[in-house]
Amino acid sequence: MTAKRTPLYQVHRSLGARMIEFGGWQMPVQYAGILAEHRAVRTQGGLFDLSHMGEVEIAGPRAYEVCQELFVTDIARIQTVQAQYSVMCFADGGIVDDVIIYRLAEERYLVCVNAANRTTDYEWMVEYNRDRAEVIDRSDEYALIALQGPQAQTVLSRLTPHDLSAIRRYWAVQGEVAGVPTLLARTGYTGEDGFELFVPAERAEHIWQACGEAGRTANLVPVGLGARDTLRLEAGYLLYGNDIDARTTPLEAGLQRLVHFEAGPFVGSEALRKQQANGIEKQLVGIKMEGAGIPRQGYTIWSGQESQRQVGMVTSGTQSPMLGVGIALGYVSPSCADSGTPLAIAIRNRRIPATVVKPPFYRRSKSK
Amino acid sequence: MEAPKELRYSQEHEWVLVEEDNLATIGITDYAQDQLGDVVFVELPESDTQLTQDEPFGVVESVKAVSDIYAPVSGTVKEANTELLNTPETINEDPYGDAWLVQVEMNAPEELDALMTAEEYERFVEEEQESADE
Repeated sequence: MTAKRTPLYQVHRSLGARMIEFGGWQMPVQYAGILAEHRAVRTQGGLFDLSHMGEVEIAGPRAYEVCQELFVTDIARIQTVQAQYSVMCFADGGIVDDVIIYRLAEERYLVCVNAANRTTDYEWMVEYNRDRAEVIDRSDEYALIALQGPQAQTVLSRLTPHDLSAIRRYWAVQGEVAGVPTLLARTGYTGEDGFELFVPAERAEHIWQACGEAGRTANLVPVGLGARDTLRLEAGYLLYGNDIDARTTPLEAGLQRLVHFEAGPFVGSEALRKQQANGIEKQLVGIKMEGAGIPRQGYTIWSGQESQRQVGMVTSGTQSPMLGVGIALGYVSPSCADSGTPLAIAIRNRRIPATVVKPPFYRRSKSK
Repeated sequence: MEAPKELRYSQEHEWVLVEEDNLATIGITDYAQDQLGDVVFVELPESDTQLTQDEPFGVVESVKAVSDIYAPVSGTVKEANTELLNTPETINEDPYGDAWLVQVEMNAPEELDALMTAEEYERFVEEEQESADE
């Protein structure tokens, strides 16, 4: 199967991006370099093509009922136009995908799903829908462009008549950007302030160029998937396929706050209730290296440098560009999950000391 | 891509500079650093470590990947560039200069015959890029 191209593929090529295959798509992994792009987003702003992400619409008088069964979160709490991070589970509590649900109208929800899961998610939703609501894969109609960083609002305000300061985090408006109908959501995956713009696919290049122009004085730079990954990890966000998947539950992944049993039943609620009563056997934690070494996916976690007891496995890891130390997410035995617990990570043939910390690893300064 | 004429090159993208008395300085090429991207971590052998041609002797890590460094020649490590441990980004900035990795006393200088000239290396890289583009 050949990898698909987003509407911005040619733009990335002309910007000199290095392309990789990700989730069945040809995507830019870096332009100027991962570290430079990472720092630009933390200090000024970055522009991301996220058009590989999928969008599924669930609409109709019974859309609420269907969403309430599909997602672990209380759907009634989501107002128009509000965004809610959530997960879909299998009957055994394993995670189908993590998503953001946007309530576009009283009876219309747009679910943003991971690129690699687009087809399975859609099929899963259709199966559970049992013809009650309209479930439509809108992925090809939308391009998704993110503008993230401390300058995001300033830059975007040059392109839209909307008062962006009135859009709170995890809220959205249906409006216009550069004259094009856009869903402007104050969401993101970087730990910075910023917006995600759902735009008609055929106008993606127009919006991208407009953002680039408007951001020139703010030193806005294009950012690839390489920096997207280091940014999200510093911010403590999970990545489906690494940190969560069908073999992990939201309770194990530290997503209890999303699980609203009282709003259910939802697919997986019975299994999760049982797991909550019996206790979990592994728990996702943040880990910060205390010695030199970069934790990577698949490295084993031990209860100490000399210990013979393996207590877990790293699911995501990198050298934090802002902190200059190795950071990781991984699953450990609950007995080792308290913040401050000393651990060791096996890197090649050495055990490097590390400590359990509560993510995020990096927090933006709130002063403006 | 830059490949200075006075160096010899391995298929694993290391360079060797041969000086007097069988002393060889080893580093990674401009092409290798570009392929790696931002280098953020380096692991080097200690002095007196024995290197064997084509065997890994150290590690370079970029943001995204871990790569072994292979010895282009066999010999004894006389000195490792420990400066790089604190400033791994030098590998991206000056791969043929300040970012030398180790200096080795060769014990089989005839191994140099198996390495490529700059011209041969440039051709080798072109072919590697072409096959990657397919």
